[in-house]
Order: sequence, then C-alpha cells, then structure tokens
Amino acid sequence: MSKRVLDINELHTHFFTDKGEIPAVDGVSLNVSEGEIVGVVGESGSGKSVTSLSVMQLIPNPPGKIVSGEIMFKGRDLVQTSLKQMKKIRGNEIAMIFQEPMTSLNPLFTIGNQLIEAIRIHNKMGKGEARQKAVELLEQVGIPRANDIVDEYPHQLSGGMRQRVMIAMAMSCRPDLLIADEPTTALDVTIQAQILDLMRQLNRDLNMAILLITHDLGVIAEICDRVVVMYAGQVVEEGTTREILKDPQQPYTKGLIRSLPDMKAKNQKLYSIPGTVPKPKVDMVGCRFAPRCEYAFDRCFAESPPLYHIGDNRTSRCFLNERDQREVASHDETVIKG
Amino acid sequence: MTKPLLKVEGLKKYFPIKGGVFGKVVGQVKAVDDVSFEVMEGEILGIVGESGCGKSTTGKTLLRLVEPTEGNIFFNDESITELSDEKMRLLRRDMQIIFQDPYASLNPRHTVEKIIGEPLLVHGMKSAQARKERVKQLLEVVGLSAYHASRYPHQFSGGQRQRIGIARALANNPKLIICDEPVSALDVSVQSQILNLMEELRDQFNLTYVFIAHDLSVVKHISDRVGVMYLGRMVELANKDALYDTPKHPYTQALLSAVPLPDPDDKQDRIILQGDVPSPANPPTGCAFHTRCPYVMDVCKAVRPEWKEVSEDHFAACHLYNDNDQSEEQQKPLMQVES
Ligand SMILES: Nc1ncnc2c1ncn2[C@@H]1O[C@H](COP(=O)(O)OP(=O)(O)OP(=O)(O)O)[C@@H](O)[C@H]1O
Ligand SMILES: Nc1ncnc2c1ncn2[C@@H]1O[C@H](COP(=O)(O)OP(=O)(O)O)[C@@H](O)[C@H]1O
Ligand code: SF4
Ligand code: SF4
Ligand SMILES: [Mg+2]
Ligand SMILES: [Mg+2]
Repeated sequence: MSKRVLDINELHTHFFTDKGEIPAVDGVSLNVSEGEIVGVVGESGSGKSVTSLSVMQLIPNPPGKIVSGEIMFKGRDLVQTSLKQMKKIRGNEIAMIFQEPMTSLNPLFTIGNQLIEAIRIHNKMGKGEARQKAVELLEQVGIPRANDIVDEYPHQLSGGMRQRVMIAMAMSCRPDLLIADEPTTALDVTIQAQILDLMRQLNRDLNMAILLITHDLGVIAEICDRVVVMYAGQVVEEGTTREILKDPQQPYTKGLIRSLPDMKAKNQKLYSIPGTVPKPKVDMVGCRFAPRCEYAFDRCFAESPPLYHIGDNRTSRCFLNERDQREVASHDETVIKG
Repeated sequence: MTKPLLKVEGLKKYFPIKGGVFGKVVGQVKAVDDVSFEVMEGEILGIVGESGCGKSTTGKTLLRLVEPTEGNIFFNDESITELSDEKMRLLRRDMQIIFQDPYASLNPRHTVEKIIGEPLLVHGMKSAQARKERVKQLLEVVGLSAYHASRYPHQFSGGQRQRIGIARALANNPKLIICDEPVSALDVSVQSQILNLMEELRDQFNLTYVFIAHDLSVVKHISDRVGVMYLGRMVELANKDALYDTPKHPYTQALLSAVPLPDPDDKQDRIILQGDVPSPANPPTGCAFHTRCPYVMDVCKAVRPEWKEVSEDHFAACHLYNDNDQSEEQQKPLMQVES
C-alpha cells in the first residue's frame, strides 16, 4: 500500500459571524495517498473550499477558525504547525490552484517575474538559470511561444493559459500534494479537456498526489481514483470513482447522480431532489438530508447518522447502511492467509 | 408540419471598438456574424457554444434589446427589424427573455408581487386587484406559493429566484421565450427542478423556447433541435439526436468529445483541441475554426465555408462537405500543422 500524504481527521472549521456560528466544515475526515487523485464533490456551500483552505491554513481569522481535528501531512499535524513553518510548506510541499487564476497572479508583474520568484524561493539558482527553468516549465504545461509569453502580463493571457501558468508555478517546486479547487470551472469545455489532460500527466509523471475539488461529476469520472461526497459541511459518502458513480449508497449521492441530464440518453424525464441545500447551523438535529430524502423515517429526524464504514475507504452516512457496517482493518493488523 | 414562429436571416451584430483620445472607432467585435435559422412553433431550439461565441448577443438581438447591424428577423411572418419602438414594445408581450443570474435581473427593492405585476401593468392590466390575482396564479404555476408575493428577492434561494424570473416572463402569456443560460448558475439538484418546470410549462402553455447554454448535456436534454456556434457563426444545426450521434462539423465533434461524462465506463478518445478560441475582434480568415481544426485544408484558410444542408435537415458550414470547390485529393483530412 502506498504512503498516505494527507490524512484529515474529524476536522471542524467554523465561522463566527454576527448571525451566529457557522460550522462550515463539521467533522470531515479524508485521506490522499501518494500518486492518487482524490475528488471532493458537493454543491455550493457544502464546505469543499473551506476544507482545502484549512489544509493550507488559509482560513481568514476572524471570522474563521479550525475548532478541532487534525490535518496530518507527511507525519506532521498542520493544525499545530507554526505560521512560519506553514509558509515554507505552502507552495513548496503543498501547492494550490484556484478557480480564478487571475486573482492569484499579480497583475503588475510579468509571468516570468512571478515564476522566477517562485522558482528561486525553492531552488538556489541565478536569475538567468531560473528564467531558463521558467520557460521550460511553461513549455511543459503546453504554453505556445513560451519564450515570449514569459515577458507578458497576466491580463494578456486567456483564462486557460493563466490556469496553465498557475500549474507551472505549482510544479516549480515539485510538491508532494496539489490541491486544485474547481480548477476548470471557469473554463470552456475544450480548454477544460486540455487542463484535465495536463493534470493527469503531472500525476503520472511526477507521482503527484492531487486533491481535486469540483461540483462536476463528469470531471470526477474523468480523472479521479476515489471520491468524497460532501453535503452541508459533512462527508456523506466515500468510495472509488466506480463505486460512487455505479453503486452509490447514501440517498443524497444517489439523487445527485440521477439529477444529471444524460448526454447519451434519449428523452427521459429528469429526476429531481425536492427542496434546497440547507445552510450549516450548529445544533442541527437529525440527518441533514432528511427534509429532502425519500427514504427518511422517524429516526432520521431525531438522530444524526454516523459515517458507517462499509468497506476499505468506503463509507456512507445513512442509517440504511448500518447493517453493512464493517470493522475497519487497521494498518498494523496481521493479515491471516487462508 | 408546424410553421416557423421565428425566422432569422443573415443576422449580424458588430460592436465598435473605440480607441485613442477621441474615441474613434478602431475596429469591430463581430459578436454575431451572419447567422440564419428558424424556430418552429412549440419547438425548443438549443444554442450551444463556448464563452464569447455570441449566444447571448444573438438572443438579445432577437428581441431587439440589442439592435442588429444587419439581417432580418421575422416573428410570425412579420419582419420586426424595421418596427417602430412603440410597435416593438407591444410585440414584447409575445417575446420574453429570462437570464442566467436571476438575482441581477430582479429589483432587490421590489416585492415579488411588484416584480411579477410590472409587466402586467405595462401591458395594460390597470386593476390592482386583477394583477394581484394573476400574480398569485403565476406563483403557483411556477411552484411557489401565494404568500411569497410579499417577500423580497434576497429572501429566496437561487432556484426560487429563477422561478420568479420565469413567472414574470409568463405574465402576459408570451409565445416565445429566449432563455439565456437559465440554469447555469444553479446547483445540479436545483437545475433539474427548473429544467423539469420549463418542460412542463412548454407543454402546458404551448410555448416556444430558444434555449441558450454552454452545458451540452443540459441542452441535449431539453431541446428538439440544437445549433452550435463558434466565433459569432453558426457552424452546425440539426435535430438533437442527429447532432449528438453523428456530428458533421469538426468543431462540434471536438466539443462533444471534450465533455467529461459521469460514467467510469465511458473512456472515449478525446479530441483535444490545440490553442484558444481566437478573438472575435480579429477572427481568422476563411473558416473561423481553421486555426484549431484537425482537418484544415488550404481552402479553409481562404474561403469562408457556405452554410448548407449537408443531409436532410442537417446544416453545417464546412468545406469537408462541399463537393463543388474540392477535388477528391484535397478533401482528405490533413494533420494539423500549427499548434
Ligand atoms: N468568510 C466566511 N465567513 C462566513 N461564512 C463563510 C465564509 N467562507 C465560507 N463560509 C460559509 O461556509 C460554508 C461553506 O463554504 P465553502 O466556500 O466551503 O463552500 P463550497 O462548497 O466551496 O461552495 P462553492 O462550490 O460555492 O464554492 C458556506 O455556508 C459559506 O457561506
Ligand atoms: N456591449 C458590448 N460591447 C462590446 N463587445 C461586446 C458587447 N457585448 C458583447 N460583446 C462581445 O461579443 C462577443 C459575444 O458576446 P456574448 O454574446 O455575450 O457571448 P456568450 O456566448 O458568452 O453569451 C464577445 O466577444 C463579447 O465580448
Ligand atoms: S439517514 Fe435517513 S434521511 Fe438521512 S439519508 Fe439515510 S434514509 Fe435519508
Ligand atoms: S472548413 Fe476546413 S477548417 Fe473549417 S471546420 Fe471544415 S475542415 Fe475544418
Ligand atoms: Mg468553493
Ligand atoms: Mg452569455
């Protein structure tokens, strides 16, 4: 079994606003191993971005705060890591790319300046050498005319090119983990195909672990090995991409998949989940999906279902899976050969 | 056979690019560049394409919310391009539009009653009591309740706001609704609710839609026929099954193959296009797609391909389907030279 790069345990990240406390991330656990691409999928407000910002220790404080939980990265807990240490880890061992690359590039500096700076933070190199490296990186991520582009400003590039520059920057330090938060959501579908292809290559060639956040199950099917489904601040199901898409267990995951218009199907009525996603609140009673769930029964309104482990890295937060529960094999358990 | 409710001929919309200290016109953005199509009564015509290809501009020129630069638009056989403002205003009873961002299109200081009631007042429903009744009725039609009438837009979720936008569009019993990305801002589970509602309303009120979106599976689901735009031009138009099963135009083929499907068994080979969409201010010569097309030929760079029927009810603009100006030899797809 390959090494775990990231292991989030029972993470609680809350926002303390005038309107009260918002448990945006409410007990999230997930892990990513070396060379793996793990997807986090969920509708808006489900806590995907807050989870990834928590890993980077970039939650704005105030109003936000990691209230409890641990985020183990290569054997150390990032929650307990000093800001100074964290600065070294960010963009070095963990890189992050966002939905809108324009906001993460400085409009006043050329692409080259920004790349060279990033390269020189992580490698002892002269300016000339770093520039050469920058051009190489731009070529690697498929930027045409890299030698010219390196001297251009962010606004002179298209959205797809800016996202490539962000990926080049992320690669400049060969991180162990890349967190990509909706990296293709703002892009057109033909450009999205280019970027997903690039991410897959990086994962293969550099064995880079990727945590990919998206609301698009098509993107998940395209490049993820495993998937974590979030709903209202919690993980509601986890499994391999195939298990989630072909054999979903938790009723929200089931409904989400059935709500997608199918490009291959001929004229069928769309399924739809009634109601809307609730805003996370403290003291929520019962299953968060109960008001919209067609399987809900009395217990669902009184008690919150725990996350049942129904297989290896396979979980479901639904009382209906209680009987499928398995003991989770712990790592040091000796395997008895039969 | 039903008749066309809307007929568009050679529609163009060029926006001037101003520059310099005197704001002189230094160029033109060819947002819509010679587009023709028909929409049958009771039909849903989908229009897809990547951002900036001219979908919204097409939609707005159909209602003359943006004045076309050239071309003709016929609504119910009547040319609307020359109508006076007053006549056009009356005609807008029959032609409505709904937008992507329901929040931006609803006045935040008005109650839902006022928002939905306004088009009723504009078109002559003077009695406040009658308007109130009609608003109540409309709210129920779109799946909201009468008690929502006294609330403000910010008190609703995105999906509910889109329902309000739809209720307002329906107020005066229109015949045609231009829907510009009506579900793009919505989450998947809410999107399917709105798509179902729109289908039900079409059947119930015999509506005709022009449904604009960039999501190919949404458009496939709701439309009867689908048109594909690229850089201000319509490149292909056909019945949805023909278009999705046997796309003719190389751009449509690439676009469809780029859509990731939520199916782990679907491992189709993607056509990964090189490069970006060129600027509509400076579109490539000849076929606008020639800079990215895997089948580009010499003729493509020089001559704009004609819009023609390549098989029954299946239209495309591509030299691959033009037997007149091509010898057999030249028709063979070449590998792409540029990157
Ligand atoms: N700075 C903040 N202050 C207060 N609440 C916040 C803040 N940032 C996020 N939240 C709340 O946390 C919850 C989760 O937000 P988050 O941005 O993680 O959702 P998401 O899944 O990434 O959604 P989207 O897909 O829209 O980006 C939401 O209810 C949101 O309103
Ligand atoms: N008012 C305007 N002035 C100048 N250019 C415009 C204007 N409206 C649209 N455009 C340009 O026209 C092209 C098509 O725009 P639009 O129809 O909005 O595209 P979309 O397919 O995304 O809806 C784009 O290049 C856009 O920048
Ligand atoms: S616990 Fe109950 S309400 Fe929640 S998903 Fe399962 S059946 Fe539905
Ligand atoms: S006309 Fe030529 S360049 Fe354009 S789509 Fe057809 S083959 Fe490709
Ligand atoms: Mg987010
Ligand atoms: Mg638009």
